[in-house]
Order: sequence, then structure tokens, then C-alpha cells
Amino acid sequence: MIALWAVYRRELAAYFETPLAWVFLTAFAIAAPSFAWHVGRLFETGRADLAPLFDYLPWLLMVLMPALAMRAWAEERETGTLEMLLAAPIPLWAAALSKFLAAWTIAVVALVLTFPLWIAVNYLGNPDNAAIATAYFGAALLAGGYLSVSQALSATTSNQVIAFVLAMGACLILTAAGLPLVLDAVAARLPGVFAEAMAGLSALARFDSLRRGVISLADLVYFLSLIATGIALAMALVDTRRGGGR
Amino acid sequence: MIDAHDLVKHFGPTRAVDGISFSAQKGEVVALLGPNGAGKSTTMRMLTGCLEPDSGIASISGHDAVRARRAAQSALGYLPEGAPAYPAMTPRAFTRFHLRVRGFTGKALRDAAEVALERARMGDAANRPIGMLSKGFKRRAALAAAIAHDPAVLILDEPTDGLDPNQKDGVRALIRMMAPDKTILISTHLLDEVEAICTRAIVITGGRIVSDSTPASLIKTAPGNSLAGAFRLLTGHSTEQATAKPKRRAKRPS
Repeated sequence: MIALWAVYRRELAAYFETPLAWVFLTAFAIAAPSFAWHVGRLFETGRADLAPLFDYLPWLLMVLMPALAMRAWAEERETGTLEMLLAAPIPLWAAALSKFLAAWTIAVVALVLTFPLWIAVNYLGNPDNAAIATAYFGAALLAGGYLSVSQALSATTSNQVIAFVLAMGACLILTAAGLPLVLDAVAARLPGVFAEAMAGLSALARFDSLRRGVISLADLVYFLSLIATGIALAMALVDTRRGGGR
Repeated sequence: MIDAHDLVKHFGPTRAVDGISFSAQKGEVVALLGPNGAGKSTTMRMLTGCLEPDSGIASISGHDAVRARRAAQSALGYLPEGAPAYPAMTPRAFTRFHLRVRGFTGKALRDAAEVALERARMGDAANRPIGMLSKGFKRRAALAAAIAHDPAVLILDEPTDGLDPNQKDGVRALIRMMAPDKTILISTHLLDEVEAICTRAIVITGGRIVSDSTPASLIKTAPGNSLAGAFRLLTGHSTEQATAKPKRRAKRPS
């Protein structure tokens, strides 16, 4: 736990020591409400809810989470500090988990920056605040899933741009797998079980029920499993550099 | 105490380390010498737990570097090749981070960090981002982090590479000062460094140990009674090759 806390502190500080966290938070604080206003027509729907924000949030997270996660292991490999980290008495799970938690903290702060919209709809009407809170909870889980997968892919390369592209591709697959367009195309070419499996793997479909204010155990298990899988994959990929994956 | 027993490591078809065995006790400063690609850094990485050997046992202070990795690493200070460090951190923050992951807190952490920074002669550079420091200061920042927790074993991969003569003297003086209480393993290409600070020199070539003796004994094996001569003799470079005149370049037509 000591090592976990130490690496978490360092990782969090590293985001703010460089312009990365500031640029990311600014971009998110501008992009998320802009989507809600201009694309989702937030103030023209006549409804007191944040549906226009949460409709587009997965697509925004799909791009911004890989940007936040791309440095996690790729930078350590590029600068050579991974060797120093591997020689320190830190369990690999603690290093991977703390890197994830630090990035997730930034993502949650970014989501909090959209709270003025929540306050605005409360000022203008009487929204279902419990449903909005559930949707925010779902957005945090979705961001966590994207982050853990992206950080795992960051462990495959020392080039941050490659890590970003790989991660965005993986997040796109996770997001788009549940779209009718994709499911119909799969169903037309493959047996129905494949389309069902793809729909089950879709982060978008899981987020959709949380977005509507419904928390189900299956969705929670899905997102927590996705996060755990990403962290375990990152650990395995880093461990192969030690020769442990022989 | 450092103990390497029949270490073997392959990278693909290449046998980078081929059955290296040696042990070093407290008070010894052991130099690993050898040409580039001889297996020095790979041996060091296996001892530090960064790499797992294909076969053989590496242990630090009696702890197996694979099976009891964290115990071994707790007793170890390591300066990797190139002295990597987080560029946005200051040497002070970097040293404190190293101490924090080893369980140091509060005053003990602050005091240990200050002692290490002072020993590494960081001066005012301790508060500037490492990415903005000269190569010499970067190396000293990584060295400060490696020695901060006062480990029983120090493994330093080319600790004076890139330093100016004054800085080299400073690092050598620091190694000499720490030597009586620690086991120190350094890799270097600088043969004068071996004569200046090491009590023992192990020469590696092709992943195998070809000599393990004191620097003085090693010098006596060379025809010219020099460490450079002994190095060339052991690593397969003849004096003729080393002293051969380079080919003249053909003059360009004007």
C-alpha cells in the first residue's frame, strides 16, 4: 500500500507538472458542454435533464481517455525509467493500479467540471437528480474502462503516438460494437450468436442503461471486469519485459 | 553481498550471458569490464530483478532476485545505464519518491533525501526540473536517488559516464567513502576508474568471465604492464589493431 500511494502521488503530480492535465481538463471542460449545446441542443429540448450531454460523452471519452492514458507505460519505456521502476521494491500490481487510479482521478475531475450544466438544469427546471447522478457514475465507470484498456496498450510500445492510435482503435471497437449499424452488419455475415456476443461486449450498451438512471449488477460487473482486465493486461505486458512471461 | 551463480540469459538466438558466476562481499568495489555487448548490463539487470535469468541464481544480501524479489530490491540501490529519471521532477522530488516507495516517511524521508542530495553534490540544481539539467547533474540526481535509502548493495552501471573530470573525481570520492560499509558493483569503460576505486576487476566478453582478479594482478598479465593492455588481451583486440593507423582518405578532386 505504501508503494501504491507513493506511485499514485508521483503519477498524479506528473500530470500536473507537464501541461498534459491542464490541456486535457481545459479541452474536456470546453468540448463536453459544446457537444451538449451545439449537437445535443441542450436548451432547446425543453426537458430538464442532461441527456444531450450523456448522449455524446462516450464518443468524447473515446478520444480523450486514450490521450490521457497514452503516456502511462510508453513514456516509462521511452525515458528508460521503467528499468528503475522494475528495480524498485514495488509490486507490479501496485504500479499498474496506481497509474490507473491517477489517470482515473483526472478523468473524474474532468467530469466534475461539467457540473455547472447540472446546476443550470436544476435552476431551469426540476430534473431527476438521482438519474443524473447515476449517469455520472456510469460515465466515470466508462472512462475507467477506456483508461485501463488504453494504459494496457500503452505498455506495448515506447511511442506515445502509437499508443494513442492503438488505444483509440480499441475504444472505438468497445463503443461501436453495440451500434445497430455494426450489429446488423455482423448478423448479416455471421451466425446470430456473434452479434449477441458483440452486443454483450459493447461498453455503449452497458453505459446506456446507467445513462437512463438504472444500475444493474451486470453492468457494474462488466465495467469493473473491463477495468481489472486492462490493469492485469498492463501488468502482464510489463512483466514480459522482465522475462517473466517466458 | 552479491551472489551470481551460473547466470544465463538469451535474447532470441543470442546467448547474451553464458554462465556467469561470482560473489562480492561487504567492503568490495567490483568492476565489471568488457567491450560493448559483452553482457555487463544484462548481468546487472538480472542482479537487480529487472530481468529474470533463463537459468542460474542471482541474489542480493541473501535474497533471491526472482523468488524474493522485493526483499532483494529493498537491500539494493541501482543506477541504470544512462541514469534515467523523470524529466519533469526535481532531483529532490525524485529522491524523495525513491525513499517513499521504500517506506520512508516524515522527517526520516526528508533527512535521508537531503543527505543523498548533499553527497551527490546537487547544490541549487536539486530544485530544478531534471529535464533542464546538464548530463552531469542528471546522472548525479539518479545517483542521489540510488544511494538515498543507504542500501547494503549498490549496483552502478557506468556511474561516471558523461561527467567532467571534476565531477568524476567527486563520484569516485563518494564511492570510496561508501565502500567500507557496502558491496559495490560498477560497470565502466574507464580503465583509470578501475585502478582508482576498485578492489577487484571482472572482465567479461561474449557473456563469459575471462578474468577475475585485483586490478594490480590484471595489469601484471599484460605485456606492457597496463590495464588497457590486459583488457585488449583478454577481450580479443590485439595491440596491432589498436595501434593500427587509420586508412588515409583519398583526396577529392578539386
